[in-house]
Amino acid sequence: MLEITLFYIAATIALVATVLAMTRANAIHALIYLIVSLLAVAVIFFLIGAPFAAALEIVIYAGAIMVLFVFVIMMLNLGEEGDARERGLLQPKIWAGPALLSLLLFAELLYMISTIEGPVSSQEVTAKEVGLALFGPYVLAVEIAAMLLLAGLVGSYHLGRRYLEREE
Amino acid sequence: MDGLNIPLNHILLVSTLLFSIGMLGLMIRRNIIFILMSLEVMLNAAALAFVAAGAHWGQPDGQVIFLLILSVAAAEVAVGLGLVLQVQRRFKTLDMDDANRMRG
Repeated sequence: MLEITLFYIAATIALVATVLAMTRANAIHALIYLIVSLLAVAVIFFLIGAPFAAALEIVIYAGAIMVLFVFVIMMLNLGEEGDARERGLLQPKIWAGPALLSLLLFAELLYMISTIEGPVSSQEVTAKEVGLALFGPYVLAVEIAAMLLLAGLVGSYHLGRRYLEREE
Repeated sequence: MDGLNIPLNHILLVSTLLFSIGMLGLMIRRNIIFILMSLEVMLNAAALAFVAAGAHWGQPDGQVIFLLILSVAAAEVAVGLGLVLQVQRRFKTLDMDDANRMRG
């Protein structure tokens, strides 16, 4: 019973923090709400018996990826006029249409998941099992991910290097 | 963690809601940094659905796909933020409506 209560609390925190992150004018404030949302999702992962996924969520998502965002936002140094401009773009007449569209999509997805029943298994899926699957049947996917990360590395180095050269 | 039975469709409901919020953010924001953040939210929602499905059947496959989504997100963010720096340098703004040199 306690776990279920914890799940609902974590889910509420994740949803509220994400909504707040999407509606902030200041990028750093939004980022901090996003980190809270990711941590709440990590709690959900722990509760449904995926501790390895939860640890990775915290280390890579809330740690590495969000730090990259912080780094770029601080490098750009947006300041107050950027905030004022963003606030002007958050009027109801701007977001009403998109909100309706995503509400429709949400309703469709809700209809599709409404037939699914049953609880998640109380059995924990350990990091060992994940590792065995990763380097057993999924080894090709690991290699593809490695190539993708290499492409990302080369691409971001190329873009960032030109940025630094022209600034001088 | 014995006797734990969170209904699967409640987790999928959370994941769906997160995805919808991310898509809403993608549509209403013009700042490229917020667009990238919305993409992160959407990828994270998909990852939550995968892990929940993996937990439902007690199989590690869900977490394997979670790892792959994680590497896609990392690569996407690295390249995306490199592009943010280029956009800021060329257009002196992060507003995507101003970056319309291709007249799209």
